[in-house]
Amino acid sequence: MAAAFSFQLRHVSKRFVKGKETISVFDNLDLDIPAQDYVAVMGPSGSGKTTLLNVLGGIDHVTSGEVHFNGQRVDTLNESRLSQWRAANVGFIFQFYNLMPVLTAAQNVELPLLLTKLGRKERRRNVAVALDLVDLGDRSKHYPREMSGGQQQRVAIARAIVSDPKVLLCDEPTGDLDRTTADEVLAILALLNREHAKTVVIVTHDPEAASHAKRILHLNKGVFVERTSLS
Amino acid sequence: MNHALLVAKNLGRRKLRTSLMLVAILIAFFLFGCLECFNHAFYASENSAAADRLVSVNKINFTMPLPVSYVERIRQMPGVTHATSQSWFGGYYQDPREPLFMFATDPQGYLDVYPSIQMAPAQKQVWLSDRTALATGRVTAEKYHWKVGDHIPISSNIYSRSNGSHSWDFTVAAIYSAPDDPARESLVLMHQDYFDETVTFGRDQVNMVMFTTSSSKLNDSIAKAIDAAFANSPAETTTDTAAAFNRAFTAQLGNIALIISLVVATAFAAILLIVGNTMVMAVRERTREIGVLKTLGFTGRTICYQILAESLLLAVTGALLGLGAATLVLATTSKMLQGFVSGMQMVPSVFAAGLGWALVLGLVTGAVPAWSGLRLRIATALGRR
Repeated sequence: MAAAFSFQLRHVSKRFVKGKETISVFDNLDLDIPAQDYVAVMGPSGSGKTTLLNVLGGIDHVTSGEVHFNGQRVDTLNESRLSQWRAANVGFIFQFYNLMPVLTAAQNVELPLLLTKLGRKERRRNVAVALDLVDLGDRSKHYPREMSGGQQQRVAIARAIVSDPKVLLCDEPTGDLDRTTADEVLAILALLNREHAKTVVIVTHDPEAASHAKRILHLNKGVFVERTSLS
Repeated sequence: MNHALLVAKNLGRRKLRTSLMLVAILIAFFLFGCLECFNHAFYASENSAAADRLVSVNKINFTMPLPVSYVERIRQMPGVTHATSQSWFGGYYQDPREPLFMFATDPQGYLDVYPSIQMAPAQKQVWLSDRTALATGRVTAEKYHWKVGDHIPISSNIYSRSNGSHSWDFTVAAIYSAPDDPARESLVLMHQDYFDETVTFGRDQVNMVMFTTSSSKLNDSIAKAIDAAFANSPAETTTDTAAAFNRAFTAQLGNIALIISLVVATAFAAILLIVGNTMVMAVRERTREIGVLKTLGFTGRTICYQILAESLLLAVTGALLGLGAATLVLATTSKMLQGFVSGMQMVPSVFAAGLGWALVLGLVTGAVPAWSGLRLRIATALGRR
């Protein structure tokens, strides 16, 4: 597999068993996401967008097929290896921020660094850089409840990038934000893609959010029905 | 930030709930500390009984007297090294509701049979030579503020004097300690001779004969020989080791150890259910956060250890507070309880056992939520399906 690709999915199928019923989310799906790409995945509810994101992030196992990341097959890794791989390579951004309410902004951002061998000073420096990047350097000691939704999402972005992952997987990152705040968040994602060489995959219902991507994949019933290139 | 801070932050996120759990654990370990220390003090005399010390009492029961002549006859038995006797005086000082543990005895013999008693040589000399002198244990002397040389009246609620009085005058000749046998520090000892001279009944009789043997291996044979020697007499004896006698004596009050164990076990079972259930709820509330942590790369094992650390920290903190409270309460009430059971204080073995149980409690209450955290799938935790 060529290392120019961040992700390559080959003949991937994903099925859930619910009682006696087997639900197929997607079947024999192929997808290439090159390094430094910015992809938006759109589609109606139940189309498999989030499951696709889960598969890319190693949160869900595929039923069959192969998932490669930078030439390395990741769908066969055990839970422990998968955790290590996620910590090193993938940053997640969620719709509802998912910050720890008992931790300050800086402590939330520092969480992924607890899994590294970095010393305390180095961790603090990285946290400061990440918070500055999302323009929240002055809110480091604030708790999530003391911040607006947009600020919390920016803290979540700082947490996602603090360990310098190659890929950012974003699940409806602007779904809970007003237009202005959403645009600020999308601008940060674009900046991270453009100037920091991050591969960004964003799942969204919002055409405006998707328009920031380089290309849009339309998913319906587990099949890519349309691929739009914006660049 | 570090893992320990994360554990502490999680524990402190609902302060009222954590405080209530701490109070519940505190109460359990306070009870544990107090009751186990009571147990320890209550059975201290049994535990401190020397292996080579035996006791002969009337075969009917130990409240029935034996002739004082038995003391000398037992002393002459082969294998017996020292012998003495004691008779319950039923004494009290000023307040009849607070009886003294007071016995009439043969002083020299008593000191021979109980070598753990430590008293100043000059005081010992006075006690041995003055028939109206008494020796008192340190605990009782402190309780009544007696000093050597004090003249004190002691009354008996059993015996009377020939002049009709129930009161005897004594001189405090010696105040002794017995660090290896703390229960003995509550006793008050008078001369058997003085007792025999002054009482209107019960002269030349003793409640029990205590003696030591040259070797504990001879205990059985000597006990049998003594009981055989007094068989078919008006006062037959039954002889046993002092430890066995103490056990039988305390058993009359019921199985204290069993009662205490049941109380402690009940308290622990209740706390186990309360804390265990609360821990499960507390972790369930954080299901989504655990999912996020796993998404960030925290392994199931790390999550599992964090939850166990939380429950251990909670249990050990509660236990330390409870055992600390028990230590304080025992220290302040031990004097008040001296008349009932002496030597009530926190002992290291009970404190250590308490901490051991705290670790068990922490591990047991944390086991179910930790296992749930270990097994939790990220997609499920994030509520994606």
